[in-house]
Amino acid sequence: MKAFGLVLAVFFGGLLIYGSFEFPLWGDPAAPASTHVSPYYIENALKDTSVPNIVTAVLADYRGYDTMFETIVIFTAGIACILLLRTYKTVEPDIRLYRHIPTGITLRIEKGGKFPADSRYFERLDSAWVPYDLIAKTTCRLVIPFIQIFALYVIAHGHYSPGGGFQGGVIMGASLVLFAIAFDLRSAIRRMGERVIMLLATLGVGIYAGVGILCMLLEKNYLDYSALATFLPFDPVSARSHGILMVEIGVGIVVMAVMILLYFILASAGKYDEGL
Amino acid sequence: MAVGVLEILVSRINYWVYIALMMIGLYGIIIKNNIMKKIIALSILQTAVILFFVSIGAKRDATIPIIDHTNASAHTAISATHFINPLPHVLMLTAIVVAVATLGVALSMIIKIYREYNTLEEDEILPQLREDK
Repeated sequence: MKAFGLVLAVFFGGLLIYGSFEFPLWGDPAAPASTHVSPYYIENALKDTSVPNIVTAVLADYRGYDTMFETIVIFTAGIACILLLRTYKTVEPDIRLYRHIPTGITLRIEKGGKFPADSRYFERLDSAWVPYDLIAKTTCRLVIPFIQIFALYVIAHGHYSPGGGFQGGVIMGASLVLFAIAFDLRSAIRRMGERVIMLLATLGVGIYAGVGILCMLLEKNYLDYSALATFLPFDPVSARSHGILMVEIGVGIVVMAVMILLYFILASAGKYDEGL
Repeated sequence: MAVGVLEILVSRINYWVYIALMMIGLYGIIIKNNIMKKIIALSILQTAVILFFVSIGAKRDATIPIIDHTNASAHTAISATHFINPLPHVLMLTAIVVAVATLGVALSMIIKIYREYNTLEEDEILPQLREDK
């Protein structure tokens, strides 16, 4: 098997290397990839959409359908994860751990004991006890707001600098994953429950598809943002850039929600209560 | 002669790096027994494709595809030779995020398989599958 795999890999590698001699050289301006549709994008993006970042213009306007279905792929991946792993039967362990917040003492309550439910002074701990880590928690407390502001900047400034909905959404999701790692999954889920995450993911896809339908209602093609000029105080070209911003916000929300969802589901192996 | 061979070697070296990465991924997918390692190999293959696409977009003496709109360039013509090809970047931008999402699905399938068969080794799963039939 090993020899077979090696032979196959070497054979296909050899074929590809043989084929690579027909490929354009590194950085060749006359390469086929740079001669057909891309000069049109480069020369007309600013004129058509008033977005200086050509990547954003192509992503959300010229190739708007592609991006919409990529977003739906991400959304579907999140749903697939839930359908595969999520278990709704909660098996509570006999022994629960609580931390008394003011003193930091850990309480171990055996079966039949009274749980300090819903008290402000107690927090439930995972069944695998983890020590209280002041340094990690304080650092995250300081860093997370700045990560989130940076994520919002990346989304909002995607027209003028490298950035956009996908990147900003991932950074935003990473900030909550960082929170879940530094504290524990339980407190992260308290802040962002399953219901909220799924609502956000649906909302994001809805924003993207809704902007398209809005354009249709305004008698233009689906995702033709120039239709938005009829009720926005802009000319059709700047209306396109605002349509792109709306769509990017939708993408950012979906990506953020699905990244958080994937981490929560995988870390708790579908139980959605504790883990890592 | 030697200089000519070296020139050919250097001129296509970027493609060869991606081909090498891709073949490492393919080899891993074929021979690895552990499903987790197969998924790592798949990700390596995917990285090779992403690198290949991004390298296609490169253009000599060109800058990133963001137009300096403050420079009154609305009136001067924008030449396509001054900006790298934005299209591969657009395609890979979405591909990377979709890759992460599909990796999540793959990992949840792995967790499911582990729960069902208590192992991730293919040669241990297959006999159990045959028994189930």
